[in-house]
Amino acid sequence: MLAPGESSANRTVTTPIIEVRDLVKQYPATTAVAGVSFTVAPGICFGLLGPNGAGKTTTVEIMEGILPPTSGEVRYRGEPLGTRFREEAGILFQRTALQDFLTVRQCIALFRGLYSHGLDVEEVIRLCALEKLAGRDSRKLSGGQQQRLLLAIALVNDPAVLFLDEPTTGLDPQARRNFWELVESIKAQRKTIVLTTHYMEEAELLCEEIVILDRGRIVAQGPPRRLLREHFAEVLLELPRPEFPEQARQLPLRILETSDRVEITTDDLEETLRTLLAAKVPLTNLRIRPPNLEDLFLELTGHELRP
Amino acid sequence: MIRRMASVLHARNLEFLRDRGTLVFTLLLPVMLVIGMGFVFGGPQRPLFKVGVLAAQLDRQAHPFLRERYVEFVPMPEQGEALHKLTHQQIDLLVDLRQPPAYWVNTDSPKGYMVEKLLLAAEPGAHRQPVTGAALRYVDWLFPGILGMNMMFSCLFGVGYVVLRYRKSGFLKRLHATPLSAFEFLSAQVLSRLGLILFVTIILYAGIGAIIRFRSAGSLALLMLLAVLGALSMIALGLTVAARFSSEELVGGILNLLTWPMMLLSGIWFSLEGAPRWVQWVAHVFPLTHVLDAARAVMLDGAGLAQIAPNLLFLAITTLAFLALGAWSFRWRID
Repeated sequence: MLAPGESSANRTVTTPIIEVRDLVKQYPATTAVAGVSFTVAPGICFGLLGPNGAGKTTTVEIMEGILPPTSGEVRYRGEPLGTRFREEAGILFQRTALQDFLTVRQCIALFRGLYSHGLDVEEVIRLCALEKLAGRDSRKLSGGQQQRLLLAIALVNDPAVLFLDEPTTGLDPQARRNFWELVESIKAQRKTIVLTTHYMEEAELLCEEIVILDRGRIVAQGPPRRLLREHFAEVLLELPRPEFPEQARQLPLRILETSDRVEITTDDLEETLRTLLAAKVPLTNLRIRPPNLEDLFLELTGHELRP
Repeated sequence: MIRRMASVLHARNLEFLRDRGTLVFTLLLPVMLVIGMGFVFGGPQRPLFKVGVLAAQLDRQAHPFLRERYVEFVPMPEQGEALHKLTHQQIDLLVDLRQPPAYWVNTDSPKGYMVEKLLLAAEPGAHRQPVTGAALRYVDWLFPGILGMNMMFSCLFGVGYVVLRYRKSGFLKRLHATPLSAFEFLSAQVLSRLGLILFVTIILYAGIGAIIRFRSAGSLALLMLLAVLGALSMIALGLTVAARFSSEELVGGILNLLTWPMMLLSGIWFSLEGAPRWVQWVAHVFPLTHVLDAARAVMLDGAGLAQIAPNLLFLAITTLAFLALGAWSFRWRID
């Protein structure tokens, strides 16, 4: 595991576009962010991962300049957040309502008018595949269409850095995949993306680098593949929890139990299978798969990542 | 800056114009009120002779004319105020029975003509001084009040609730993530509402004027200036109330707390002449009181800029004060 603030290979060769230093956000009853530091290299998709309440949205809203930190600072291109940042940042919040009675095109035009530079409204409509919806009342869009409109609004100033705060939460699988394709096309333009999510699949697919937050602190930081390589052996065995006998819990294996399953990580699959058979563990519903970020989170914190 | 304000202004205008229910309600309510009031109060005056007597107290034994039956005599110590009432036919004749006797009669008043005959029978040598002026109906007096009331509700509730709705829905938070400043946003809201209010007020002024021929003696340009400053002051007040809070109940309560005293004390329905001095003092804290005082002075008496300058100054100062307070306390998001 990398210590917070430790640089990845990617960041050592480039000047970071965003630097987050010793960020703390305290509320009367709780500490949402408890001393978080990291940097974001330009041109990558940077993921902020963690369960609900981990401090992702608070961290990202401080990075966006929406929320003031209790202490610590965020710098954009080496300077405190200011006019330049607001002109060059595109933001998609977790929940955003737009003005009533405006069409999709008018919503985009409203935000285009707020920036001194940016893309043509029609170009943004085309980029986000909103051509057929451009004349529709923005309140009459489906969840996926609404997110595409909000992404279009976030892209209207041709941003250097794009913040996506849980952009696919609540979308159906098809709408989620369509949204990922859009994000991939934005990545291809070498824009910096800061993505918060609790979908591990999303982070593994889109992010070159991640920070995993839990209870306001960083528990892991680095490229996803490297983190998995560092923390896991080659494979992970999964068994339904009700089928796992009590006496088998004493076996000399790395066992983690979740609410519905038992996970065993191993670098020697044959030996582990022999051990399980000897202990008369039923293997009918055994699943063998490579570990993912969700397993990493479980490994690091002892609790599940899912909300 | 202008471009950003124009974008927000345009979007807000589109939102309002497409909200048909609100648009119809905004136009219809004051029309209904004025027509209703005109119907109730716009009929002919009751036949009653009312004569003003220039004296601090009335002494019926001082002159035979003062003992005439079916005539109401009202003592009037101030000659200027008495002539003002005569011009508006609020009294039918004004007499000064001290030596040498004199009287003023409104030559446009039929009742003035009749009661003049009674006076000349009792005092043939009285010196005649004619004045002119059409009768002031209640609806003439009420009309500026209705316009002002409509303006007040539109300014306070229209702007206050719109900003509150934007804050609660997260739309303000999204705008905060752009280069738009609080001043630009607030200015666009003020301009949008100001444009709407002026449009509605002009429509009402012209439309109701065609239905009920109300009195409008003064300059239309001055009335327009008054409408602009009055609307600005009350919009700024509405923005100040909505600048910080996120609770509809709280904002609604504060707005009601402001509108009800204005409804009762600003002189929409009745004049505060004769009310205790402290009530009049309290009334002059409200922008609407200054709007209505000035509007009636212009419309009923043909007052000029100099006469209503104190009212205009009050409205300008309160606009700046409310806007400064609103911008200072403005919150983009729910805390």
